[in-house]
Amino acid sequence: MKNNWPLWEVFVRSKNGLEHRHFGSLHAADAEMALENARDVYTRRNEGVSIWVVESKHITASNPENSGELFEPAQDKVYRHPTFYTLPDEVKHM
Amino acid sequence: MKNENLIQYIYGIADNALILGQRLSELCGHGPSLETDIALTNMALDLLGQTRSYYQYVARLTGDEKTEDDIAFLRIERQYKNVLLVEQPNRHFGYVITRQFFFDVFHLLLLQELQNSKDETLSAIAKKGIKEVSYHQRFSSDWMKRLGDGTEESHQKVQEAVDDLWRFTDELFHLTEDDKEAIETGIGIDVTNLKEKYNKKIKEILEEATLTIPEIKWFQKGGKQGIHSEHMGYLLADLQYMQRAYPNMVW
Amino acid sequence: MSEKEVKNIRTEGTRSLEEIFEQRIARDEKIEPKDWMPEKYRQTHIRQISQHAHSEIVGMLPEGNWITRAPSLRRKVALLAKVQDEAGHGLYLYSACETLGISRDELYEQLHTGKAKYSSIFNYPTITWADIGAIGWLVDGAAIINQVPLCSTSYGPYARAMVRVCKEESFHQRQGYEIMTKLANGTSEQKEMAQDALNRWWWPSLMMLGPTDAESVHTEQSMKWKLKRKTNDELRQQFIDQTVPQADLIGLTIPDPDLKWNEETGHYDFGEIDWDEFWQVVKGHGPCNKERLSARVNAWEEGEWVRDAAMAYAKKQEDKKLKKAI
Repeated sequence: MKNNWPLWEVFVRSKNGLEHRHFGSLHAADAEMALENARDVYTRRNEGVSIWVVESKHITASNPENSGELFEPAQDKVYRHPTFYTLPDEVKHM
Repeated sequence: MKNENLIQYIYGIADNALILGQRLSELCGHGPSLETDIALTNMALDLLGQTRSYYQYVARLTGDEKTEDDIAFLRIERQYKNVLLVEQPNRHFGYVITRQFFFDVFHLLLLQELQNSKDETLSAIAKKGIKEVSYHQRFSSDWMKRLGDGTEESHQKVQEAVDDLWRFTDELFHLTEDDKEAIETGIGIDVTNLKEKYNKKIKEILEEATLTIPEIKWFQKGGKQGIHSEHMGYLLADLQYMQRAYPNMVW
Repeated sequence: MSEKEVKNIRTEGTRSLEEIFEQRIARDEKIEPKDWMPEKYRQTHIRQISQHAHSEIVGMLPEGNWITRAPSLRRKVALLAKVQDEAGHGLYLYSACETLGISRDELYEQLHTGKAKYSSIFNYPTITWADIGAIGWLVDGAAIINQVPLCSTSYGPYARAMVRVCKEESFHQRQGYEIMTKLANGTSEQKEMAQDALNRWWWPSLMMLGPTDAESVHTEQSMKWKLKRKTNDELRQQFIDQTVPQADLIGLTIPDPDLKWNEETGHYDFGEIDWDEFWQVVKGHGPCNKERLSARVNAWEEGEWVRDAAMAYAKKQEDKKLKKAI
């Protein structure tokens, strides 16, 4: 287990106007190689116009154990959604 | 320009793509990492795609119901006009990358000129190929640096490949009789003009890769005349096996 | 707070992690890498996903055997692209597996030491061009039947990898069947070649769908976790039912004298599978087990200096950058 290529996450913009989306991961020795590998691995069928790569260890992820405190408080804040408010049926463009 | 000359001229370009594509195909499934395996196969596919465009054109020029496959598979060894460089075997990854690098730099320069050819088909094939080959050159140059300036072992291995393969590079710039004729009619490219740029680019990358060009006075040649190395026969035996064993069948 | 909400919150506290986990799966919720999961779930997934990944990359070898000898340029590029796809699929699957906290190198180690298994079918040799057609048609056909249900399996990264794999895989089987069709409609030599390949690949393809339900140790648990949606025998029947008419259509004969349409069940009855052969190949006694493994080990070992070089170079570049910054 020596000198193994680190893991990179690959994000691809499939066409202009869309955001980069996580496509998967791969191994590469450096950023340049990660980009080239991503091109060869994830865009063989014309899937992309732009690629981002980031070494996986640089991603900080929220811990699912905390997902209660992180996300559940938003669940009952229904007044943040437009459907919370009643309007007369006749009103248009709102 | 007579058709036969044009056809021979095209062989001089297309056979390089076929033979190098074939060599790279041998590696599919055996690369040093999955990612590299996929990358090498992509280059093989680009080269074989180019080969098909050229041969389909030759088939049209020939008429009499010849197909791209007749051209690819049914010539005898002396009729293949690829340079010796591309038929050299995959001794190890250092050889694969060095062979690729020495060829890519030439290939890109060639296609950049060929896109101005008076022959519209050749010009179109070249234009499409430039994008593919630019990437090949980028890939092989990057790997030359990684191997050259990597570990002591990798440096020594890739230097060995450079020392061994450099003697095949001069042939890239030789003119055949068919080349001369093609140049006269504005279809062909005078490859002798590419040598200076070629050497400059090679030198630049090798320097970055901490590698040196060997000092040799005697270069190998012959491929362009169809006089190949001993490796070629085995490569063709593989390539042609099905067409020779089962003639006149559709697959 | 409504009564229902009060009740939900109360019951929440009383359930164990394991119960919550199983309920999530039952509700068709996906499990993601950092979520809590039972150790057995993790291990089972590592085993299945890596086996699947190994099968993809070992599967490159029998087909790769014919790339340099493909009979036409069109066939050559199609085969190259297909074998390359398999490398890609192996890569997607290794990546999915790595999210479970095991590295690709460890997974390779398991493969190279014989600890991990891969699909036994790849231990059979490809001895004629028709074998390439048979593999695409039968082996990929059986694989697709196995794989499509996995697109909705419970582990998110595996399901996503499978969606990509299935999307790309769809040309593989067509390619294989096209090769067989051409041969079956060709000269008598070609037709013979096609029939011979079908004869040799038919039974191993049936075995590929796994031991019979009675013998299968993993089925029940795997069904619960949606690693499996149908039993091996159901999948096998589905494969036979869909493949027999395809063989008929191109005039090839399935090498099974007991094969017969059963009006009552609406399925084909078929003959006894030689499970002894199956277990022998699984245990390492197939015609090519040794060759396949040593090809993988060689590629890895011969690639070591290359991988090391790339890391050393990356480190040097990094150091240079740091020096400049100072």
